[in-house]
Order: sequence, then C-alpha cells, then structure tokens
Amino acid sequence: MDRVGVMEGVGVVGLYVRDQDEALSFYVDKLGFRVHTDVSNGGYRWLTVQHPRQPWFQLGLFLPGPPIHDAATAQAAQALVAKGAMPPLVLSVADCRAAHARLQAAGVEFTQEPIDRYGTVDAGFRDPSGNGWKMIQPRSAREDAPGKMSNPDEGAKAENRQGGA
Amino acid sequence: MSPDPKLLRRLLRAKDRMDAASHEDWPVRRLAEVCAVSPPHFARAFKQAFGLPPHRYLLTRRIERAAALLRETDQSVCDIAFQTGWSSLGTFGRVFREITGTHPVQLRRDARAAMAAPGLVPECVLGAAHRPDLSIAVSEKRRRRAGGTTSATEPEEVA
Repeated sequence: MDRVGVMEGVGVVGLYVRDQDEALSFYVDKLGFRVHTDVSNGGYRWLTVQHPRQPWFQLGLFLPGPPIHDAATAQAAQALVAKGAMPPLVLSVADCRAAHARLQAAGVEFTQEPIDRYGTVDAGFRDPSGNGWKMIQPRSAREDAPGKMSNPDEGAKAENRQGGA
Repeated sequence: MSPDPKLLRRLLRAKDRMDAASHEDWPVRRLAEVCAVSPPHFARAFKQAFGLPPHRYLLTRRIERAAALLRETDQSVCDIAFQTGWSSLGTFGRVFREITGTHPVQLRRDARAAMAAPGLVPECVLGAAHRPDLSIAVSEKRRRRAGGTTSATEPEEVA
C-alpha cells in the first residue's frame, strides 16, 4: 500500500463469458464471489465480481460483442472460450477436498477430481462458458494464519515438481 | 463458418472426459453420448473443433501421460504402458516412437539428464506444452518415415 492507503497492483482481469446472467449466477451463487460492479450503458454491461478475501481485485465477466467487437470477432472469441482455449485460471483454497464437495453439490462441472501431489491438492472445473479453473490447496495452506490469502505461487511450484501426469 | 459455441462447449466435455481418464476406452459412441450428439456428427464436429479426430487426441494424451510417468517415476515401461491404457506393450512402444521420435527408455534417460530447474509453471500447463504434436495420422507418419533415409535402424525392443 502507498501512503494514502491505495493498493497498487492489478485491479481487474476479465473473462469472456457467453451469457452474463448465467456467469453471474455461477460465480456468485455457486463459487461464493460477490458482485463488485454491475452497470449497463446501452447494450454494454460492465460486470465484475470479487472473491470475498480479495477486496482489491475484481474478476470481470465480459460478453464479447459490440461496441468492442464486430460480430465475427465476437463469435471467434466465444468459440475460443467454448473450446476451452482461454488461458488457465487458478483459485487458491485452504481445503481443496472440502471445496470440491461443496461446489460439486452446487452443480459445478468438475473436469478433474482432487489429486494429492507432494503435499498440495488440486482439482479442475469449468464455468458454464468453458473457462477452465484449477483449484489448488497450496502446501502452505495449513501453516497460514486463518483468514490469510493462500499463495497461488506455492501451488504452482508444487504442481511443477510433479512435472505432468 | 464457425460452429455454434453451445455445440463447442458440449464437445469440450468429451475432450475433458478423455483428459480426466485417458487410460479408459473411449469409443465414439461413448464420447458422443457425453456431449449429446449423434456419433457420426460427433466425430466430424470434434475434428472440426479441435483439429484432430477424437481417437488421435486420445493417443496424444496417453503418450503425454506415459512420457510424464517415464520422466517422473521409476515404474517399468511395461507398468506405464498398461497404466496409460495400452493393452499391448508392442503397440505402445511402436506408437510412442512414432509420435515422439524416441524410445521410452531413451526419453527417460534424456529427461533425467536434462533435469534442470524447469521454472514455475503449473503442472497442467506444462503437460499441455509437452503434449506431442499429432498433426498427421500415425500411419501417415509411419509411411513418411519409411520413405525417409536415415531412421531405419531404431531399436525395436520396448522395455
């Protein structure tokens, strides 16, 4: 933080989704995110959600289309999302198995059951549009103080030690 | 013309299922059922969406897993072959060489030798980066190799 208390860093990262209402319901009702901003201007809707533990970071749920994209570009973007071709996303959790049980009961589409790898546990799921998430319980999660954000970097390191499976 | 994103999303489900259990058998009928399309339509649509037929995609995943197990574990080539879904050790060795250009045991040796710190890349991403590039059919690769000049003396044994 700087002297006036403003957190410097990445503030918003956006995902493309095929339907913003559907995405909103998924990220809020199923994953437990909160709506940060939901404003419309004409046909354009700026919609961001945030993780309850990350008040300085917003995840944008954006619909490709006008006025940003022409129809063909929007269609191409939608196809990439639906084919699972968008970049990987990582959600850090304190207890991967518990989160998996909770989210699966809520109807989240899991692509990989929780797997133990050298002290970390990870699972995979997709949002309704096709964006793929890895849900990682970092090795350090149990050592972290309650309420402290897990460090995704630890999870990445641990995954990397596994190499690939 | 690009296909309906809703259809692509369903086809992705078939790909995800193969990713999650590449050692299992995935006949077209089973995959088509996963994404609720007719089997003949499925095979064509999958290839159009992902650039290769479902069976060939499954091969890349199996070889990718086998290569990872060769790099990361001390299991025998035989165990790895059966664990990754091959019912014949001979077929595994042949397809492995045809796809990766190297022998399973040689890949293990090379990987151990090159054991430099690989950096901080999540396993799933690393796996995708190591995925063999199967842009042509295995049989076609074999034909081209047969027509080539240098590689006729590869070792045939697998274990």
